[in-house]
Amino acid sequence: MGYGRPDKSVGVRNHLLVLAPIDCSFEPAKKIAAQVDGAVAVTQYHGCGADPVIVNNLVGTALNPNVAAVLVLGLGCETLTVDMVADGVRPSGKPVETLVLQQEGGTLKTQEKALRILQRWAQEVAEYRPEAFPVSKLTLAVECGGSDATSGLAANPAVGVACDKLIDEGGTVIFSEPQEMIGTQHILARRAVNKKVAADVYRMIDEDEARLKARGVDSRWMSAGNIDGGLTTIEEKSLGAIRKGGTRPIQGVLQDNWDRFDRPTKSGLWLQDGTGWDVPSVTHMVAAGAQVVCFTSGQGSTTGHAIAPVIKITGNPVTYQQMEDNMDINAGTILDGSESLNSVGDRIYKSIIETANGKKTKAEALGYRDYIVFCRNRAAEHLLGHC
Amino acid sequence: MVKKAIQIDEKDNIATTTSEVEAGEALEVTSPDGAVILRPKVAELIPFGHKLAIKPIKKGENIVKYGEIIGIATQPVKAGAWVNTHNVGSARMPTSGKEAGIL
Repeated sequence: MGYGRPDKSVGVRNHLLVLAPIDCSFEPAKKIAAQVDGAVAVTQYHGCGADPVIVNNLVGTALNPNVAAVLVLGLGCETLTVDMVADGVRPSGKPVETLVLQQEGGTLKTQEKALRILQRWAQEVAEYRPEAFPVSKLTLAVECGGSDATSGLAANPAVGVACDKLIDEGGTVIFSEPQEMIGTQHILARRAVNKKVAADVYRMIDEDEARLKARGVDSRWMSAGNIDGGLTTIEEKSLGAIRKGGTRPIQGVLQDNWDRFDRPTKSGLWLQDGTGWDVPSVTHMVAAGAQVVCFTSGQGSTTGHAIAPVIKITGNPVTYQQMEDNMDINAGTILDGSESLNSVGDRIYKSIIETANGKKTKAEALGYRDYIVFCRNRAAEHLLGHC
Repeated sequence: MVKKAIQIDEKDNIATTTSEVEAGEALEVTSPDGAVILRPKVAELIPFGHKLAIKPIKKGENIVKYGEIIGIATQPVKAGAWVNTHNVGSARMPTSGKEAGIL
């Protein structure tokens, strides 16, 4: 069940987004959002330069089908203007308004206008009735964080089973974190649908290795702890991470650079050229259109997201007991032998559908609104030829 | 409860333990569907999260986990034997698509 948008996409939530393109207008944005039912405020903290990757993330968030309407609230003197964001949203037909504090004459005058707009939207959105839609309208993002020995053994393979099932039903899956794909280039490239996509897989992982190398990090290194923990080779270590995306063919690599921001153009499995930092990675995949997120964590995590439900899964039964307030699904039943991998995968798939139908995740129920936009290092990108 | 090791993908020739297994302990290896596919004799301690062979593996044969090659046996491995860096080497991952025969 979901909410049809003018651009034919389907939202599984009806958020009213108050988007501050720069942190200078974020305090007023937060206070305004706090007064309206269903409103949420977001911003980014990389300054007011108009870095295209940041603009892509903000516009992508606003375009996500889980957002019903967007109010862009700026200060006025920033380079990254309200119109840079609003112009990216307008072609979708989604309601979008802009307000600028320096033009309106400060917080109180701006706030009154903002509240009138949001109040009207809140009343309109309350009239929306969810309609049945096919799984082919659903895009799932998968992420892992706080991994432990159970991640590659239970939670990630079980989420992979759910991803395969979602794709077989016509859905779309995105996973990112190229750092965790290092050593499996040849495996991922072999799963690519054609040679161009295979070349993109190599390029993405090679470039991420180059970024790490520039910071003095040897990404192919296996620690003694890894080997003591049962991991024999770097391929095995990375396979434990990428298994969370399942086993289906790779349709393409979604790029986000100075001149492009890709979204999946058809159903199936997609890789995103993004970051390994959890919340920014989730934010980035949601900006590419994911309506629901599956997040695996061995040690436990509290992560939610401003506009997308985040289903949290642990393969560690002890973590589930200790962090049950935060973890939605216990995949640790695989470890105690009480449930098979495929059975847990089916349970995760069911939970994805229930969440899409409106069931709140634990992070949603607690009101967690994680949102971080990541930024690439411009010097490194210049050396890689991207700007 | 009988100790378990799980095969993550049906193509795998190794399974991963879900708790530490001592020499002589009973062990059940289960498939992704949960079916018991092997009750191997365990001749050595296998720590939690480590691998054991679920069929005899010849020297030079691929070690398959997650349905993919994670390394090559550097010596013959009996079914039920512990698998780690002492008997497996990296397949030295191809560094380019050309080397891997993909591009």
